[in-house]
Amino acid sequence: MTILSEYLKERRNEEWRAELRKKLKGKERTSIPRVKMPEVEPQERTKHQNVEVNLGLTEEQALVEASRCMDCATPTCIDGCPVQINIPEFVKNIERKEYGLAAQTLKKTSALPAVCGRVCPQEKQCEEQCFYTTKLGKDPIAIGYLERFAADWERESGEMSVPECAPANGKKIAAIGSGPASLSFAGDMAKLGYDVTVFEALHEIGGVLKYGIPEFRLPNSVVDVELENLRKMGVKFVNNFIVGRTASFDDLKEEGFEGFFVASGAGLPRFMNIPGENYNGIMSSNEYLTRVNLMGAASDDNDTPVLRGKTVAVIGGGNTAMDSVRTSKRLGAERSIIVYRRSRAEMPARVEEVNHAEEEGIEFMNLANPVEYFADEKGRVNKMRVQHMELGEPDASGRRRPVPVEGSEEDIDVDLVIVAVGVSPNPLIPSCLPELKVSKWGTIEVGDNMQSSIPVLFAGGDIVRGGATVILAMGDGRKAAASMHEYLSGEQKND
Amino acid sequence: MHIQTVISTNSNFMNRIVDKEFLSENVVKIVVEAPLIAKSRKPGNFIILRISDKGERIPLTIAAADEEKGTITLIAQKVGVSTEKLAKMEVGDSLHDLVGPLGKATEISKIGTILACGGGVGIAPLLPIVEGFKKAGNRVISVLAARSKDLIILEDEMRKWSDEVIIMTDDGSHGTKGLVTEGAEMVIKREKVDECIAIGPAIMMKFTSLLTKKYDIPTQASLNSIMVDGTGMCGACRVTVGGKTKFTCVDGPEFDAHQIDFDEMMMRLGGYREEEKKDYERFMSQV
Ligand SMILES: Cc1cc2nc3c(=O)[nH]c(=O)nc-3n(C[C@H](O)[C@H](O)[C@H](O)COP(=O)(O)OP(=O)(O)OC[C@H]3O[C@@H](n4cnc5c(N)ncnc54)[C@H](O)[C@@H]3O)c2cc1C
Ligand code: FES
Repeated sequence: MTILSEYLKERRNEEWRAELRKKLKGKERTSIPRVKMPEVEPQERTKHQNVEVNLGLTEEQALVEASRCMDCATPTCIDGCPVQINIPEFVKNIERKEYGLAAQTLKKTSALPAVCGRVCPQEKQCEEQCFYTTKLGKDPIAIGYLERFAADWERESGEMSVPECAPANGKKIAAIGSGPASLSFAGDMAKLGYDVTVFEALHEIGGVLKYGIPEFRLPNSVVDVELENLRKMGVKFVNNFIVGRTASFDDLKEEGFEGFFVASGAGLPRFMNIPGENYNGIMSSNEYLTRVNLMGAASDDNDTPVLRGKTVAVIGGGNTAMDSVRTSKRLGAERSIIVYRRSRAEMPARVEEVNHAEEEGIEFMNLANPVEYFADEKGRVNKMRVQHMELGEPDASGRRRPVPVEGSEEDIDVDLVIVAVGVSPNPLIPSCLPELKVSKWGTIEVGDNMQSSIPVLFAGGDIVRGGATVILAMGDGRKAAASMHEYLSGEQKND
Repeated sequence: MHIQTVISTNSNFMNRIVDKEFLSENVVKIVVEAPLIAKSRKPGNFIILRISDKGERIPLTIAAADEEKGTITLIAQKVGVSTEKLAKMEVGDSLHDLVGPLGKATEISKIGTILACGGGVGIAPLLPIVEGFKKAGNRVISVLAARSKDLIILEDEMRKWSDEVIIMTDDGSHGTKGLVTEGAEMVIKREKVDECIAIGPAIMMKFTSLLTKKYDIPTQASLNSIMVDGTGMCGACRVTVGGKTKFTCVDGPEFDAHQIDFDEMMMRLGGYREEEKKDYERFMSQV
């Protein structure tokens, strides 16, 4: 038996868990329907960019939902979680109203539960592996909603505990980038007594959590509380500082930095390289979301403008596409259309976001791909030619490959197009470190312990994986912290 | 040592304006404390600044830097709300944000004779490049052009780093009456030019590029595309060079002028004109 399952069994055998299991019969638990997340009505929420759609479960709802969980002897849900959160333990803590303990259980493995509870693709992870899904054919336990409930409860209770930190060991560590990978790395290193500085190129700390994901999905205040906690633990943040440009790695080494964690993300937007793509009114989702989220372009008090459209087409089917299309609706578009080359079932976006988009009146044009754009005499896009597709044989990703249907071109009037077809790794750091090994896709190559070809340099998150997820970035940060600590301690012994 | 100061104060407390001067009615020069950038910048690099927490991210080329004093010099033309607000800042004020150096540095080596063409406020980014080429041992001939005498900026500084300076004005109020291309062609016809650099309004760079193409002189132009982040993250700054899409902020700002699609570039520069005009009118009605 593995150490993890040994540990889980031990925890499961604790008296309170055994007692709790006896409280309700299995049948009683499984006959309870899955909770519905309270939300702001679509007509209301599409008026505001910054109003969170999901309101969060009430205490009563959370208690009922938690009691659905069977506290399985083999909790398969944990296998679905990229960081192996002890899911039954936190859920059962909710069931016995120990919300603080539930939050602490989450925090043992997840540095940002309030964020992950909101943005993780649970339906492809823990909830997909839930006993209800796999064996009963019923709706899974709402693990994501419960995660959010526990984390929010702790935050709002004002009883958020600042983790204890080991005595300062005087070693200076640089974390580069301030997205989820870096933040979780910084937290763990601070706990181990290191002097951590997080460097961020932009003027805001938070990476994609701030500049990308809109507030209707992830309010800035949720991220800010996490940042404040890290500050209390002694982590320093420096914005407007591009490592490799403002100062080099060698400059930082000279300053006494002994370890580096690169989490510079997958910031480079991809375009499709089709005719007319550089017309005005066609932009990347990164540009659109950055203008609105980071620069506040939707409000008149801010100097940064953003183009508005009556008919907005968003190309892509991922989270970025959903965030962009829903933003366009909130900025007053009459028609907002998702144009995606595969079918709805293949969309990589979180299912909840696709559903929310639909409720908000977003149109879906699936199995279609733009092939050319046209513009008016001033160069502003006014028409898009799409080609329809059908699904062929499965490709390398296991999804059925879209194949163009000959002669199926159709012209659609549009005045704003947002291209959300993916991102590439940020090339900045690799370009300043020629000795750093990168893959042919431009991602930094690391071993299982997140160490790169330069021993003092570890890396994680999207710069290692290409565009991935918050939870994986966070997991990388924690793993890198553990490995770097081991590496730096080992080095000391060898001295 | 500077890095430590930056970490302990966080950069927002720096970026103090230590000197300010109007070079013409609409062109302002500011000198800002930025020791790390002053040390790491190279000719051709730019920075991005924000005036307040509601401000735009404004890209400006570093016109000069003093490593010892830890300052950089920026030159801006009042063209909209943000630059209008920048021109209103005073010595002692601090910029809200300042980040850099950004962009690829100019490739400077000893080539021979360099023809440096600057139009209007484009003379500012041209200055550090001219200085670099001169220091590398090149013969530098600068052609500076503007509508009229008071719009020719940095003439003395350009003279310092040029073997010869030719001034061209539209109205003949200074130097010779005529366009930058006329001055440039005169030089090209007179002597062998090994490389040309053109910085100024897009239309000026376009015609300079057409001219040097005729004479087969390798030419670099430095583009002032619309930018947001300046770190390669958004693609707002994209231009077509040699049939390929490039990002000005990370692949440029200098490109082989003969390969640049200037017409597309000019079209893209106009992409926010209506929004900018509205903002500008609102701002001017408030001040
Ligand atoms: C619009 C959008 C929606 C998304 N939605 C979801 C979702 O619902 N669920 C989910 O799990 N994932 C989602 N993702 C993906 C997720 O956000 C990323 O996988 C995750 O943020 C990656 O984290 P990271 O720490 O690697 O980097 P990032 O969050 O990308 O942060 C990297 C930071 O590093 C900075 N940087 C880069 N180079 C330097 C340098 N040289 N010096 C200093 N700083 C530097 C950048 O400015 C940036 O702020 C979404 C992504 C986007 C764009
Ligand atoms: S300004 Fe955003 S990519 Fe160049």
